[in-house]
Amino acid sequence: MTTLLGWLSGLGLVAGLVMGFGVAPREVTQGNVQRIMYLHVPAVWVAYLAFMAGFVASIAYLARRRPGADRLAHAACEVGTLFLGVNIATGAIWGKPTWGTWWTWDARLTSVAVVFVMFLAYLLLRGAIDDHDRAGRYAAVLGIVATLNIPLVHFSVYWWRTLHQPPSLLKPGSSTMPSVILTALLVNFAALALLGAYFIARRARLLAAEEEALA
Amino acid sequence: MAWKDLLVERRSKETLNALLFFSLALLFVFQFALGPDRERLAAVLPGLLWLGFILSGVLGLGRAFLVEHQNDCWEALLLTPGDKSAIYLGKLAGSLVLMAVVETLMLALFVVFFNVELGGALPGLALVIALGTIGIAAVGTLFAAMTAQARARELLFPVLLLPVLVPVLLGTVKATEALLLHEPLAAVAHWLKLLAAADVVYLAIGLLTFDVILEG
Amino acid sequence: MVAVPLVRVTGLVRVFGAQRVLDGVNLDVAAGEAVALLGANGAGKTTLLKIVATLLRPTRGTATVGGLDCVRDAESVRAILGVVAHGTYVYEDLTARENLAFWMRLGGRAADRDMLDGALAEVELERHADERVRTFSAGMRRRLSLARLTLTRPRVLLLDEPFAGLDQRARKWLEGRLEAFKSDGGALLMATHSFGRELGVADRLAILAGGRMALDTPRAGLDPQDVQRLYVAHTEEVS
Repeated sequence: MTTLLGWLSGLGLVAGLVMGFGVAPREVTQGNVQRIMYLHVPAVWVAYLAFMAGFVASIAYLARRRPGADRLAHAACEVGTLFLGVNIATGAIWGKPTWGTWWTWDARLTSVAVVFVMFLAYLLLRGAIDDHDRAGRYAAVLGIVATLNIPLVHFSVYWWRTLHQPPSLLKPGSSTMPSVILTALLVNFAALALLGAYFIARRARLLAAEEEALA
Repeated sequence: MAWKDLLVERRSKETLNALLFFSLALLFVFQFALGPDRERLAAVLPGLLWLGFILSGVLGLGRAFLVEHQNDCWEALLLTPGDKSAIYLGKLAGSLVLMAVVETLMLALFVVFFNVELGGALPGLALVIALGTIGIAAVGTLFAAMTAQARARELLFPVLLLPVLVPVLLGTVKATEALLLHEPLAAVAHWLKLLAAADVVYLAIGLLTFDVILEG
Repeated sequence: MVAVPLVRVTGLVRVFGAQRVLDGVNLDVAAGEAVALLGANGAGKTTLLKIVATLLRPTRGTATVGGLDCVRDAESVRAILGVVAHGTYVYEDLTARENLAFWMRLGGRAADRDMLDGALAEVELERHADERVRTFSAGMRRRLSLARLTLTRPRVLLLDEPFAGLDQRARKWLEGRLEAFKSDGGALLMATHSFGRELGVADRLAILAGGRMALDTPRAGLDPQDVQRLYVAHTEEVS
């Protein structure tokens, strides 16, 4: 099952590359560098999906105390943090040639950075508690706080920086994006989502193996 | 619970005394770091005020569960039958009283030393401070209990707390800024709503999960 | 003897990280019975007590008190349980009476001043009722934590080294209280290192070694030397 997921995500990534570099047109003003969007944007979507999965798994763990739910929450938050890191890194690489700077304190960047730091703290907490059960319980509570905090962070940061541009896809009304670009974006999103799921599954299995080795 | 904590604090006065001196020291640091330029000071004042509140809050909250460690009282809290969320509320109430005292003093110091014109802004400001403080204390109490048993506790607590508090910090600073410019309360209604929402979320999580934290 | 033992532990396993501290422990304590739990450091005595006390969850197996599960019905178990562990559960900056009042109020138990003073008198701390615990000696603190138990009137007592730090007088008093507790139909489980006085109260001896129950035998007819011999035989064997 996991192996199948791995192969599927591999296929998806190939398709994503073809779509991103072959099918999608070259952007007029930015040139080829704009193609980094096909990695940049799906990465943040997958990250937030992973955090949602971690949130559900955390609640499930606190309610039922199945170790599997704890491992899933751990793996999902770790993979989510990884994808968010990819998003931030690609954003910086994209930002340098187009905006002339690696980083600006604009609303979207800032809120993503805050969420990133929140989940880094989550991983830190897991490492800082020796008792395994306790680490799981506390991390679950922190995961719930952090996930519910994401909308609060977004709202507050957007209001703080009023010079925001609305997100390009989730805007009410029709999308301004040419459909071929949108298709390329969605193909890459599907590929990265499969890859994220594959990572989470592998990571959870690794955590299980670690626990078994210790027990 | 709050009764007990405040009694302990009144007897020892450890935390309160230290925090009061801390806010005084902070005042000097701000002054020296920014120089005597009135206008520059006025522009950053709301930020400084909340930085002071949050720093003193972090220091105070971080100590909230220390008293439960002597003689294993932590264990006894868990062993006492009854709803564990009452313990959370008691701890929270105790911390709120402590923070309110420190914040009142700090605000007074700011008014005197930085020439802040409060005027009619005080009721609105009090509301913002109340909402912000509840948010800080609600999530701070929860995290203080979580980090009480961790390695590098003093470091881990602010590392967990500060990123989570970003919405509260932004909301309170922006609202304070507007109120000090004597804008009506209605102008910051969206911030007040955000702060209230944050308070509700943090309090709800605290109440629902505190027994899980306490458990051995 | 009642049909269902007040404390029943079955197949208890507890893993801490890489260590299997308890490895399938079974133990019953009936009403009116006292069991002394012996074992070397790290044999799992405290872990076993903590699981029965609802302070720890078992990795596998179950523990019940009065027929109630220590995980699922933890709150109900806590209501009939009295625990004295290593910590004395007292706040240094409160007086003796304030300490008692706090724990009673937190547990939602009514306790007026007379009851508090009565409990303090019982452990001979009435003259120190308004002094801060900070000034108390180790024995006085332990007596204060025992005073708490006289107020909550538990049906099951879990004691970890109950006689440690007590002087002769207090030992004698505690012994009397424990005997009275037993004859009122209470169940008593205590962990200990010594083979002296505590064993006088015990009806059965249970020796833990390496996370397993090495021996579970009636105490009647065993003198301290016998116990010492059994203890050495069963703890050496495993380690």
